[in-house]
Amino acid sequence: MTDAAIVSPRLEPGPRGQKPRRKLSRRNIFLYGTLIVVAVYYLLPLYVMVVTSLKGMPEIRLGNIFAPPVEITFEPWVKAWATACTGLNCDGLSRGFWNSVQITVPSVMVSIAIASINGYALANWRFKGADVFFTILIFGAFIPYQVMLYPIVILLREMGLYGSLWGLVVVHTIFGMPILTLLFRNYFTSLPEELFKAARVDGAGFWGIFFKIMLPMSLPIFVVAIILQVTGIWNDFLFGVVYTKPDIYPMTVQLNNIVNSVQGVKEYNVNMAATILTGLVPLIVYFISGKLFVRGIAAGAVKG
Amino acid sequence: MTSVSIKDLCLNFGTVQVLKNLNIDIDEGEFLVLLGPSGCGKSTLLNCIAGLLEVSDGQIFIKGNNVTWEEPKDRGIGMVFQSYALYPQMSVEGNLAFGLKNARVPKDDIARRIANAAEVLQIEPLLKRKPAQLSGGQRQRVAIGRALVRDVDVFLFDEPLSNLDAKLRAELRVEIKRLHHRLKNTMIYVTHDQIEALTLADRIAIMRSGIIQQLASPHEIYNRPVNLYVAGFMGSPGMNFLDGEIDDSGAFTFGGMQIPLDRYPFSTADRPRQAKFGIRPEHVVCGAAADAEPFSAEADIEVVEPMGADTLVWAVLDGREFRFRVDGQSELRSGEKIRVGFDPARASVFDATTELRL
Ligand SMILES: Nc1ncnc2c1ncn2[C@@H]1O[C@H](COP(=O)(O)OP(=O)(O)OP(=O)(O)O)[C@@H](O)[C@H]1O
Ligand SMILES: [Mg+2]
Repeated sequence: MTDAAIVSPRLEPGPRGQKPRRKLSRRNIFLYGTLIVVAVYYLLPLYVMVVTSLKGMPEIRLGNIFAPPVEITFEPWVKAWATACTGLNCDGLSRGFWNSVQITVPSVMVSIAIASINGYALANWRFKGADVFFTILIFGAFIPYQVMLYPIVILLREMGLYGSLWGLVVVHTIFGMPILTLLFRNYFTSLPEELFKAARVDGAGFWGIFFKIMLPMSLPIFVVAIILQVTGIWNDFLFGVVYTKPDIYPMTVQLNNIVNSVQGVKEYNVNMAATILTGLVPLIVYFISGKLFVRGIAAGAVKG
Repeated sequence: MTSVSIKDLCLNFGTVQVLKNLNIDIDEGEFLVLLGPSGCGKSTLLNCIAGLLEVSDGQIFIKGNNVTWEEPKDRGIGMVFQSYALYPQMSVEGNLAFGLKNARVPKDDIARRIANAAEVLQIEPLLKRKPAQLSGGQRQRVAIGRALVRDVDVFLFDEPLSNLDAKLRAELRVEIKRLHHRLKNTMIYVTHDQIEALTLADRIAIMRSGIIQQLASPHEIYNRPVNLYVAGFMGSPGMNFLDGEIDDSGAFTFGGMQIPLDRYPFSTADRPRQAKFGIRPEHVVCGAAADAEPFSAEADIEVVEPMGADTLVWAVLDGREFRFRVDGQSELRSGEKIRVGFDPARASVFDATTELRL
């Protein structure tokens, strides 16, 4: 083997070809060590939650939270979803889930539709006052939500939307606007300007260029926007509490009500199951679109 | 007949004046090249003509119509960009058809025009491909095709060849010239490549910081530059300039030497004292032939650069750098002395203060 490898008479003994790398170099130990520590740090709570949610209450009372369940039961999950009591009614998280779906879907669609058009107009059609508009928008991104809570209550009441699902949709759309517009504007600015010019010479108008030229090139940034909005809106608690009524509370608010209910014993297993259920939607969104997300962030948000 | 006419065009970006009172008249079927250094406003001028930039003042006429306020699509222009700007998600065919579809041209008409353009540009086998699957040269052909199918009066090119390698550039240059002979459209072509300008243009406009310095035929610009800037800009290697004076006898003196100017075709009656004398490296002869010229002197050879067809010699003449071109076969060596001479009739003399041609 050793001698057979030297075929050409021109080769001399000594280093040749690829430099061999030690697997256990100090660099690798440090790198993988850090990664493992970080991974454990994030995964341990999840592990505890999953394990606890699969135990019965007697087993939980034994107190070892890291022990795997002796007797696996899905009872807590069923209860969390269908029969747990949240203040007034006892139909579990399912009601909140559908409320959240009804809030999230239109909020995401409306906010992204408007923000993408805003970003496109700001990036490509330098209309009068565009700079002022943009500055105000960016400023809007830095105003703390709490300042605007009450004024918006009044605004929604005047519009007759207070306490309704659509009121919350409006709120989410407005609050998503600064960051989303910025995201889209930066992305569209990063696309070659000559493409836009060519389309104008070819006679395409504002909407023609948007739908036929810009949109087909913007899948990554739309994925980014969808992820940001779905997770943001799904996880929202504050607006949900403030702007809706109990029977249309989103899932997060209901989760809080289940976990913090003062009557009876604390059912840790149900609470854990409910929490995982609530977090499942953003988690799934990440898993499906993780790759596109990274690509979109790299293409739009960082560059430009 | 005038095809494109630009009248007192001004363009400002904020407080920066990019184009200043620009006037050009371009004839029907003319090939005009805008040549100038980076940032002088060539692309800006082209974008103004295309309607992609709103002008600050002045007017633009195309085919006798005032199009100053018209949309790009209504101006009868087609444009080819440096970066090709092909729509990445459409096939070549889709790219060619996009403008026609927007103009609601009937389907069979679109097909006919695309077939025609594809034949002219030899891109028929590529029609179904996406731009990403094309080479640079093919992309640029498609970009030209996109202007071609729209059947426009005026073609605008913004450095269409500068993203291509040297060989391809030379090929496509000829092809554009051929296209012009065939179509006889008016073409306005931006470049900062002198060779492109000289080979393609009917007339060249030399621009510098938003002002047209000279608008004339390549021959005129090369041989009779109107000012020092144009003289120095055109030609590679550039013209040799000698600082000196015009003495009372009417000859140009520098250092201890005297160049007779009686054969020089003065274009003004002015005879300022301080002047600059310019002679192109290719108009200098050397060796025995030099003494037959009206002016000759001895120079020290510093560096010899063989370039194949000819050889460029960097020499010192009376303490000044002096370049000249000799035949590629000549065997000069650095350190040698050589006789150089030229005919002042082929030179350019400029006023040292106004920098204008005398
Ligand atoms: N949008 C803009 N805002 C402000 N200044 C601009 C803008 N676009 C161009 N300029 C300035 O206008 C001048 C002319 O630019 P232009 O693009 O026309 O140059 P150019 O002659 O085409 O150069 P190049 O050969 O590099 O393409 C430059 O100095 C540039 O900085
Ligand atoms: Mg340019």
